[in-house]
Amino acid sequence: MQETMIKRAKELLADGTVNRVMGWKKGEFAYDSSPAVFESAEELERDFVCDDFTQANLSKYLIKESRKDGKILAFLKPCDTYSFNQLLNEHRIIRENVYVIGIPGGPKLDVEKIKAKGINGITGVSKDGFTLKIETLYGTETMPYYEAVSEKCSNCKSKLHVEYDELIGDEGTILNSKRFEMVEKLENMTAQERYDFWQGELSKCIRCNACRNVCPACTCENCVFDNPKSGIAQKAAADSFEEQMYHIIRAFHVAGRCTDCGECTRVCPVNIPLHLLNRKFIKDINSFYGEFQAGADRTTKCPLTDYDVNDCEPSIVHERGVE
Amino acid sequence: MQRIGVFVCHCGTNIAATVDVKAVAAALANEPGVVISQDYQYMCSESGQDLVKASIKEHNLTGVVVCSCSPRMHENTFRKAAASAGLNPYLVEIANIREQCSWIHKEIASATDKAIVLGKAAIAKVHLNTPLTAGESPVVKRALVIGGGIAGIQTALDIAEAGFEVDIVEKEPTIGGKMAQIDKTFPTLDCAACILTPKMVEAAQNEKITIHSFSEISDVKGFVGNFTVTIKKKARYVDETKCTGCGLCTEKCPMKKVPNEFNMGLDNRTAVYIPFAQAVPKVASIDPNYCLMLKNGKCGICSKVCSVGAIDYKQTDRFVEQKYGAIVVATGFNPIKPDKYDEFAYSWCPDVVTSLELERLMNAAGPNGGTLLRPSDKKHPHTIVFVQCVGSRCDDEKGKPYCSKICCMYTAKHAMLIREKYPDTEVYVFYIDVRTPGKNFDEFYRRAVEQYGVHYIKGMVGKVNPKSDGKIDVQASDLLTNEQLHIDADMVVLATAIEPDKTARPLATMLTTQMDTNDFFTEAHPKLRPVESATAGIFLSGACQGPKDIPETVAQASAAAAKAIGLLCKNSITCNPCVAHSDEMMCNGCSSCEKVCPYGAITYENKEFRMPDRTTAIRRVASVNPAVCQGCGACTVACPSGAMDLNGFSNSQIMSEVDAICK
Repeated sequence: MQETMIKRAKELLADGTVNRVMGWKKGEFAYDSSPAVFESAEELERDFVCDDFTQANLSKYLIKESRKDGKILAFLKPCDTYSFNQLLNEHRIIRENVYVIGIPGGPKLDVEKIKAKGINGITGVSKDGFTLKIETLYGTETMPYYEAVSEKCSNCKSKLHVEYDELIGDEGTILNSKRFEMVEKLENMTAQERYDFWQGELSKCIRCNACRNVCPACTCENCVFDNPKSGIAQKAAADSFEEQMYHIIRAFHVAGRCTDCGECTRVCPVNIPLHLLNRKFIKDINSFYGEFQAGADRTTKCPLTDYDVNDCEPSIVHERGVE
Repeated sequence: MQRIGVFVCHCGTNIAATVDVKAVAAALANEPGVVISQDYQYMCSESGQDLVKASIKEHNLTGVVVCSCSPRMHENTFRKAAASAGLNPYLVEIANIREQCSWIHKEIASATDKAIVLGKAAIAKVHLNTPLTAGESPVVKRALVIGGGIAGIQTALDIAEAGFEVDIVEKEPTIGGKMAQIDKTFPTLDCAACILTPKMVEAAQNEKITIHSFSEISDVKGFVGNFTVTIKKKARYVDETKCTGCGLCTEKCPMKKVPNEFNMGLDNRTAVYIPFAQAVPKVASIDPNYCLMLKNGKCGICSKVCSVGAIDYKQTDRFVEQKYGAIVVATGFNPIKPDKYDEFAYSWCPDVVTSLELERLMNAAGPNGGTLLRPSDKKHPHTIVFVQCVGSRCDDEKGKPYCSKICCMYTAKHAMLIREKYPDTEVYVFYIDVRTPGKNFDEFYRRAVEQYGVHYIKGMVGKVNPKSDGKIDVQASDLLTNEQLHIDADMVVLATAIEPDKTARPLATMLTTQMDTNDFFTEAHPKLRPVESATAGIFLSGACQGPKDIPETVAQASAAAAKAIGLLCKNSITCNPCVAHSDEMMCNGCSSCEKVCPYGAITYENKEFRMPDRTTAIRRVASVNPAVCQGCGACTVACPSGAMDLNGFSNSQIMSEVDAICK
């Protein structure tokens, strides 16, 4: 597929449809690719990569890229197209300046899960049935394939491309995922158990801001956490509750706009399952106002910023109770 | 440096009985920036205001905090006082230590503590207050009346009389409402149609009045003086401008088995119909649920017989947009359906009827041409039992907690009319209380008892039992003699509770007005502003605000008209300067605020900006039209980046209030 993509990108560069290409660039190792913009066929040949490790969601970068001169080609996985659509709904991306090619999504692999098996010096991977074959400097290793699949891909909600100009592969369909299973588990805990769970997770936070910086819903010109006027900017946590504040505020800020792309959890260096906070909001919105998927289309209004006479009354929160 | 004055009001004993006002004044004197803190018996009185004014001048105050009643009561009083002493009126803050403190607490110690905290919050806020200047916005010289019953008609006539354009929007094909269905009116016993229809005709003929019949409100935008309303003109499949109301189509229509709603379903009408002879506008409508042409595409007789070619089977709903300065709600009431009361056998015995059904049975235009006959066998009834308070003053789920107010009088009217016309008929009325306050009302009721010999029995009917011989066994208790009674009745009439029309609740949402738990519209003040809603520019007329008889309805309708006229007379109204504004450097252009703005006050523009990284970028940013913004604050909450802020209620002001309370 990587070859097909490079070939098509070169064609579109050559015929002047686009003047730049957004994709992933090879890193130092076999697994550390990163989002990058390519301006020539040579660069594409040399550095472009799309493999089992190219997980990064490219849509957020298009906010800036779509404001530059000329048109940019972007390769978007199904989950990325939801973020792309949501950003279009928020008028953050200029659609005319982007040429979207939909490419098949994951499952992508999480190198940390492979390394956790004690496998190091990875030079390449390949799939063999249900087994993952890993080439290393020290010889070939194997592990069950599903154990290496990244968190965001293991609970994939949809393989449907909701926005594209052309496709490589098929359009895909919405999947019947079990993504709310863990949220339900948390809901069934007592308030104290739940508090302990989150306190345990969130106290690991080192406030590196990676989750915010990668989040396609976090695109404010001036983030509240960077704005001294907001009163919550870059504060050192004064007590254990304030460790939660940052993430709770962030979850509220992206509520109704989060497409559940899973990037927050993917980039967290201390492995906090941040996506669970967002999924709780998504689950609640679904149960209060009917099924809603942010970014699924360009017309449906988010129930949190729309009013309908059939909307549930605020008392539902009280009626449902805290437990 | 701020120089803040604090003024604590006793409000007689309203506050001082539960709050130690001297302690509040003393505690607040120590707050930062406070240069004077004092208490006074009635701060809103002339001398109380003088105290505030004198302090502003003497201490050169930069802010004023009045600890008193709700800002709804006297905020304006103190703002004006401050303005006359040379202080910007928006540098005055009210701490509500009456409704939110002294009235709801019993312990002096805790109420005093709370009053101090509320005062501290107001002081914290006033530190961040900025002087604001109010602008003006023009008033559209046109009123909308929603509902074309007697309330709506009277309001429209009065407003038109004052020289303003009025539109009546009526959901039924004709105006007239419930009064058109009533036979006679109490306490004078004159015919309802005889006094209503001249008003209907007057409304139709008045050049200033436009009637949108068979229409509904589908959207309301804007604010006092400048509402934009979308009216949905429902398809009646007859061209209103062509139809002459000749009625030939209704004679020829082959579909004759449609329940006639005007006669409460007691007889039938045709699929193409004119509700009643005096309908205004006198225009036919086709009922798409029954019309053979619209249902099956086969028939078309009405179209063939219509000499003016008014029938239009392809008609669709039309939408009309119009601007108004004032809106009067006159959506009226409906009797409840007593089908939940199994004990009264209403659902299965045709001779158990509601009072409104009885009105139709007795009316000359009713199913029996004005002769009172039992619906079941069309025989003259000799014993009639009236049951009062069916669903009124009810403490369970089936009924309404309130008194429907009109039933005592109309039942006396029914009883009297029946005894007058059919002296061989025995009439029993079972009541809990007879409530007849009103001019000539008690005399009316006494006439029914004394002159017409109606049997009034204090007690409730326990069971209505239709028997196989056609008689109805009414089982009841007489509370005064403490006896169980069985009456062999021919007919039973239920005085059912009245409730607001079902269209009222969605309308209240569109108008952003308040309702009580029974869906009656809430007036701005129960005693002093009875015909205004709490939303500026929206007025209440008739039974949509609470149960009312005709004289009261008409009185309130004219009162609502007077209020609307008072507004329409003005060329412009003073705007609220507490409006939102957007910090362009922070705005993402995401449209969240635009989506939640109920007034359409927010627009977007592409502007060139010098960015922090020294590049130039075109950014989409929000801008608020201050003449349209009503300061509701929805945008400030929806804005993800905090770019939106509200004058007078800024995010930092609110946060500092919260901080002061939590400290």
